[in-house]
Amino acid sequence: MKTSLSALSLVLAIALAAAAASRFVWLLPLLAVALPYGTLAIFLAGLSWRVVCWSRSPVPFRIPTVCGQQKSLAWIKSARLESPHSTPGVVARMALEILLFRSLFRNTRSRLEDGPRLIQREAKWLWLGALAFHWSLLIILLRHLRFFVEPVPKVAVLLENLDGFFRIGAPVLLVTDVVVLAALLYLLQRRFRDPQVRFISLFTDYFALLLLLGIAATGVWMRYFARVDAVAVKQFVLSLTIFAPALPKNPGPLFFAHFALAGTLAAYLPFSKLMHMGGVFLSPTRNLANNNRRKRHINPWNYPVKVHTYEEWEAEFRDKLEAAGLPVERP
Amino acid sequence: MRDRAIIWSGLAMFLLFATFPFWHNLSAAVTSKGPNPVLPANARQCVAPVEYMKTSHMTLLLDWREQVVRQGRREFTAFNGQRYNMSLTSTCLEQCHSSGKAQFCDRCHDYAAASVPCWDCHVDFKSTLRSAK
Repeated sequence: MKTSLSALSLVLAIALAAAAASRFVWLLPLLAVALPYGTLAIFLAGLSWRVVCWSRSPVPFRIPTVCGQQKSLAWIKSARLESPHSTPGVVARMALEILLFRSLFRNTRSRLEDGPRLIQREAKWLWLGALAFHWSLLIILLRHLRFFVEPVPKVAVLLENLDGFFRIGAPVLLVTDVVVLAALLYLLQRRFRDPQVRFISLFTDYFALLLLLGIAATGVWMRYFARVDAVAVKQFVLSLTIFAPALPKNPGPLFFAHFALAGTLAAYLPFSKLMHMGGVFLSPTRNLANNNRRKRHINPWNYPVKVHTYEEWEAEFRDKLEAAGLPVERP
Repeated sequence: MRDRAIIWSGLAMFLLFATFPFWHNLSAAVTSKGPNPVLPANARQCVAPVEYMKTSHMTLLLDWREQVVRQGRREFTAFNGQRYNMSLTSTCLEQCHSSGKAQFCDRCHDYAAASVPCWDCHVDFKSTLRSAK
């Protein structure tokens, strides 16, 4: 309870501080220029630094976690996806993992019943919530290209039209806005409701969820209720992308709350568990082929070790061995 | 076994994509000038203050639709006491915004890629007539 409350108050403090700071003209350059450039630089540099660090760590052994028959003899059927032995198999397995969260789909829940009897049952809600959240976030991010690029890329227009398929109201209701809020609220209540999950939940777990929830909530509020001037917002964002920042005319405190929360997320991401964004590609238990026996893998940091074989030892002490009457290998 | 080449090229691809708005806009010489909708030549005042219309014209139009279609009321009294016939085509577009959808609505809506559900039902006479000729 304490950790979740402190995470909530931190998110609220960032949003309120940004909203309040937007009232002061002398603070605007800090909020509208220094903040976006600074957080973006931290995001790009931090993410690159983490990935480069990971790329430098040696992976001497194949350590895939598999749940299928390894490729061996021709007449034994092997599991190409569950225990891939070649690069195409690994790529397919990674694609299923990254795009569909296949390992999370196998999530189970154990319960102790009278007897005592341990019961394992499938638990798919976490998978569904995670999938709904991540896909919505991706679509929302791509949709935001309409504010960043001129002319608007076709893919952003297409996604916007698909997203507003139901044509409810104006501004048109976007399905991903509803889905992302619902999924985030589900993921958050899961941490509260389940005692085991609550026990292992840390500040960073709540902070990430509440930060994303804050960004989504301010965005939704801005689009549907407060109705910020989208043209002015785009002019401001475009001015940032061409390094000729023009302070926004009148986007209001809500826009800056959204802006500051998104900046916080970007700057926080490389140093948090949210770095699984890059890490999922570099999981050695997933991205290595299970060919430990088919191929010889030599430890890359093996160096030539000085050895003294028995033959050499025998040659060295031959006269003493013969004098003592001991048997020798080579007479 | 190290796959640095693959990892670094993947990272480079991500960085290239993440900075896409920067290098695209810089190379395409985009400015932050914004769209230039063709404003009415004869009328000076809209049915509501400009600041309100900029952000909330869609709610006003939805409100008009509600009034006309569901309640049969056609008369709208503006904030300054002026009375208007509630109609997108015959009031907004014919009386003032004679430049039409393409030169007024679409300029900003294309700029911000905001979809315009009005034209799902309404007909844009000008462009229809032009294409019919």
